[in-house]
Order: sequence, then C-alpha cells, then structure tokens
Amino acid sequence: MPGTGVQGGATDRDGLGRRTRGGGETTDSPFTAPTVNRKRSFKKALRRDWQLYVLALPAMVHLVLFAYVPMFGAIIAFRRFRPGGSLIGDEWVGFHFFELAFSQPQFWQAFWNTVILGGLWFVIGFPLPIILALLLNEVRARKFKRFVQTITYLPHFLSIVVVAGLVLQLTTRDGTVNQMLGWFGVDPIIFMQHAEFFRPIWIISEAWQTVGWGTILYLAALTTVDEQLYEAARIDGANRWRQTWHVTLPGIRPTIVVLMVLNIGTFMAVGFEKVLLLQNPLIYSTADVLSTYLFRIGIGASNFSLATAIGLFQSLIGLVLIVSANFVSRKLVGSSLW
Amino acid sequence: MVTESVRPDIAGVRNSLTTVKDTRGTKVFRWFNYSFLTLLVVVTLYPFVNLIAMSFSSDGAIRAGRVNLWPVGFNTTTIRAVMGDPMFWINYRNTVFYTVLFTIIAMVITTCFAYVISRQHLPGRKLMIGMATFTMFFGGGLVPHFVVVGQWYGLRNTIWAVVLPGALSVFNLLVMKSFFENFPGELEEAASIDGLNTFGTFLRIVLPLSKALLATMTLFYAVTMWNAWFGSFLFLGDRNMHPVTMYLRNLIAGSLNTQEIADTADAAQVGANIQAVTMLLTVLPIMFVYPFVQKFFVSGVMLGSVKG
Repeated sequence: MPGTGVQGGATDRDGLGRRTRGGGETTDSPFTAPTVNRKRSFKKALRRDWQLYVLALPAMVHLVLFAYVPMFGAIIAFRRFRPGGSLIGDEWVGFHFFELAFSQPQFWQAFWNTVILGGLWFVIGFPLPIILALLLNEVRARKFKRFVQTITYLPHFLSIVVVAGLVLQLTTRDGTVNQMLGWFGVDPIIFMQHAEFFRPIWIISEAWQTVGWGTILYLAALTTVDEQLYEAARIDGANRWRQTWHVTLPGIRPTIVVLMVLNIGTFMAVGFEKVLLLQNPLIYSTADVLSTYLFRIGIGASNFSLATAIGLFQSLIGLVLIVSANFVSRKLVGSSLW
Repeated sequence: MVTESVRPDIAGVRNSLTTVKDTRGTKVFRWFNYSFLTLLVVVTLYPFVNLIAMSFSSDGAIRAGRVNLWPVGFNTTTIRAVMGDPMFWINYRNTVFYTVLFTIIAMVITTCFAYVISRQHLPGRKLMIGMATFTMFFGGGLVPHFVVVGQWYGLRNTIWAVVLPGALSVFNLLVMKSFFENFPGELEEAASIDGLNTFGTFLRIVLPLSKALLATMTLFYAVTMWNAWFGSFLFLGDRNMHPVTMYLRNLIAGSLNTQEIADTADAAQVGANIQAVTMLLTVLPIMFVYPFVQKFFVSGVMLGSVKG
C-alpha cells in the first residue's frame, strides 16, 4: 500500500527525542541498541554520516521552501493583506476572515457542493476498483485479463486537460451522448449549461479515468489470499458468492482500509483541477466547490486573506478527517495508515 | 472464516458435489463477467476513437452529429492548421523542455533523500520521514503557495515556478525508500571494506542495482510534468512560455482565438474540431510509449504496496 510507508512517521517522537535526551536508556531497536550515549553518538554520527546528511540536504531544503514556508504563509488568513503591502499581511485581524467567509452564502454553497461531490465519489467511486478487481480476479484467460487491464489503465495517464476536453466534446450539442439520446427521440441537451448534470458527469468521468488504475493494489492483495481458505470454504459448501464474501474480502481488508483512510483524507479536495476546467458560471450552483471558490476569490480577485482562510479551513477538515479515520480504523479493524 | 482441517476421505466427494451444483451459476457468471469486461474496454476506448474520428472529419458532419467511430467527410485541414501554428510548436517544445528539466531535478532530489531515509541507523531519520509524510496530509493551501512561490521567491514568470514545486513527490519517495531498505546490508559493508565512502557506495553500488526502479520513477515524474498545466496557469503569463497543455486549456476555455490559427485555412472547418486535433497531438506521445512502459508503472505501484 502506498501509505504503509507512513509508519513511524509524523506522530513518532523517537526521532525527535533522540537528540535532546541525555541517553542511557535502552531501546529494543537493533539499529539504535549499540549507541548508549546518545548525545555523543549524534556527534559521532554527524562525523561518520555527514555524507548522508549532505545527500538529504536538497530534499530538506525543498520541503522547507515548498511545503513548510507556504504553511507559514497561511498566516495571512489571520492578517490583513494589502496588495503592495507586507507579504505576510499588515495587521492581525484574528478570525475576521473566517467569519467573513462563513457569512457568505456562496461559501456555504461551495462547502455543500464539496461535501456532496466528495461524498458521492466516496460512496460510488471507492468500491468500483474493488468490484473491478474481484471481477478481473475471476478471469481465467490470462491474455484477456491483461488486455482488459492494459486498456483500463490507459486513461490514468492522460492530462486532466485532455480528460476535461473529452468530457466537453462528448457532452456538446452534437456530441456522442446527444446522438445516443437522439436514437430514443430525445432532443439535444447542452449538458454543461444545466447544473443538474454536473455531478453525474463529473462522477462518470472520474470513474472512467481512475477505476482501472485503482485495481492494481487490490489485484496485488488478492494474490496473497491463501488458496487453502477457498478450498476449505468450498468443502463447507460455500458457493462462489459466499467464498468472495467470507474469504476474498476479509483477505484484502487491510488494503481496503488503508486506501479508505487515504480517500477520506482527500475528501475535501475533490478533483480540483478537473472541476475548475469543467465548470462555468451557469452551473456554479452544483459545480462550484471550495477549491474553485477560493481560487476565484483568491487568485482571481486577489482577496488573498479571505481565500487563505477558506483554504486553511479546508486543510484542517482534511487533516481531522484522516486522523480520525485512521484512529477509528485502528480501533475497529486493527489496520491503519500509521 | 473457515479454518477447520479437511477430512481427506470426504473432501473429494463434497468438492465435486459443490462443483456440479455450481456449474450453471458459474457459467452464467462467467458469461456475464466476460461481457461486462468487454463492454468496459469498449467504453474506455470510445472517447479515444471518437477523438481520432473527430480530428479527421468535416465541419459539417461534426455539426450534424454524424461523427462517432469513423471520420465523416475525411479531411486534414485542421490537423495541418494546428501543426502550422507556430505557437503550438513553441508550446510543444516547452512541454518537452519542462519535462526533461523537471524529471532530472526531481530524480536527483528524490533518489538522494530516499536513500538517506532508508538508512536505519541514521540519527534524525524518523524526523526526516515525518517531515516528508506530514506534507501529504496538510498544506498551507493554494493562495499561500501562490504568494510564497510567486512573490516571496520571485519565481513568477520563470520556469522555476513550474519545475520546482512538484519535484519531491512523497509517494515516489516512500516507494523508493522501501526499495532501498530491502538492499542487503552486507553489500554496503563489502563496499566500505573495499574503500568506498557513502557517496561511492551510493553512486557505484546502489544506483546501478536500482536501474529498474530509477526507470520507473523517471517515467512517473515525466508523465506528471507532461500532463501538468496548473503550475503554468498559475505562474506563467507569457504564452510563449506555456506548455502544450495550456495551449489546449486555452482552447477549451475559449480564450484562444481560433481565427488566428485558422487564417490560412477554412475558418469554420478549423473551429469545429480544433480541440480534437490538439488533444490528439497532446496525447499522442503518451499513447505511443504507453504499451511499452505500462508494466514499469504497475511494478512501481506494486513496489510501494509491498511494505513501507
């Protein structure tokens, strides 16, 4: 799983504590056991491993410059930013910009659109790769299986701009969708001018682009399910469906849980780029999400502080969601991201 | 879950019994499954086929809604018009240049860092891993990024605003880290006994043994930059600096005057399918290399899933 590398990551204090503690305590890690006096050993490590630290330097500088400084830059959510004035804002205004954001009806429209779109995608989009992986797993003809995989992975490699272009092309007045509707005597619909069509179109295009690629990890997990369990289930009279339910799904549960936690964490950031490319003012009532709203008022109208406040609000919800999802999954099913 | 042991004497009988009982249902399921997957392939491919058909169809046929799988009123007017537009080629060349530059920078940063955080004895390792992974879950947001990168660092309207910010993908980093962690420790001991220092071991032992991984990661980064548009949209004002994805984006958003491109060709013809042609030319290199590189991508993702 992509996320399991996170183990011992942000929440682990060992790496932080090492330098400050005087030492003497033992750890059961084989890698730190030989170093008893930690303070001295750090100096020694610096002398011994300076080349490693040099190798890490570009990446650390990159992280600081492009991840941590922008986090610090989010301070303008709490300070009044004037064009031409100080880049970190001119004076403290507390939660003024959050209150301002929450008092805008457009903000709440974007907020609920985000929740609905993210929720729909989670309910519909999350199980799709699992279902497709299960179906692919039943295919005995290897060549056919590989062919289906090759084709369904393909859309993953397209630029969002191209995908948006394809969506717009297929849904225009003379596009394929309207041609098909024409066979049933339906008059052409200009889909991208009707707010009620945005969500289905977005969900379908997202599914089209991601479902195949999403199966990779599940297919890998499926190969690790013990064959003997299937045999045992068959002997107990389990049919194919019951085998899937009682053997296959529990077998890939850790993968499902980890990917679910990751998905919940990105819930609030639903496909920003594609929404931005597909939306137009006529359909804002369903197609305007928090990211595009803050983009418009921030980059578009140079309302930096207000947009930063909205972005920070969004990031915090994302963080809270992923931390709680991880906590719940660790308590309930015992597998988690960290 | 069923875990009880199997009595060999009845196992065969009950097994064959259930097999017999299941046959009909299994057959129906298999028929359904193969049909469904075939349909899925058709649905996945249709937009591409439609794209090609549109690119070579006449304006009239497109507007009449008669173009599906096959070009109607075959012509190459638009494709010649787009390829005759100097801006298209400038943007295309930019894409190639940004992709190469970005991939080199990203690979150097990511590979070095991944190797360092894979060394389990190194003090501060967990802090470094923590700093990287935290950025996966929290960020300052779009506007601070825009202000900090564009204004504080003054990278606006420079290519650095496009090629630097994304040059450390934490996902790629963790994949590489878990790969390096699986190197046998004896290898490095042997190298140090032979008189190689850390740099030497890294460059002459570790990297040559990681060619497959390096190729995969290079592809990951290259495709990312080939497809990217948002960084340029945010930071590059000059159309001469845009990548081809921005050329396409401007077409879609209608802010590119098709008349400019069309002044040598039949204007109406070019207007109708210019988006299709540009999309086709944008995805062509990816479609072309895709069959050859696809398995690398898959192995890269699998590598990440083995265990962090």
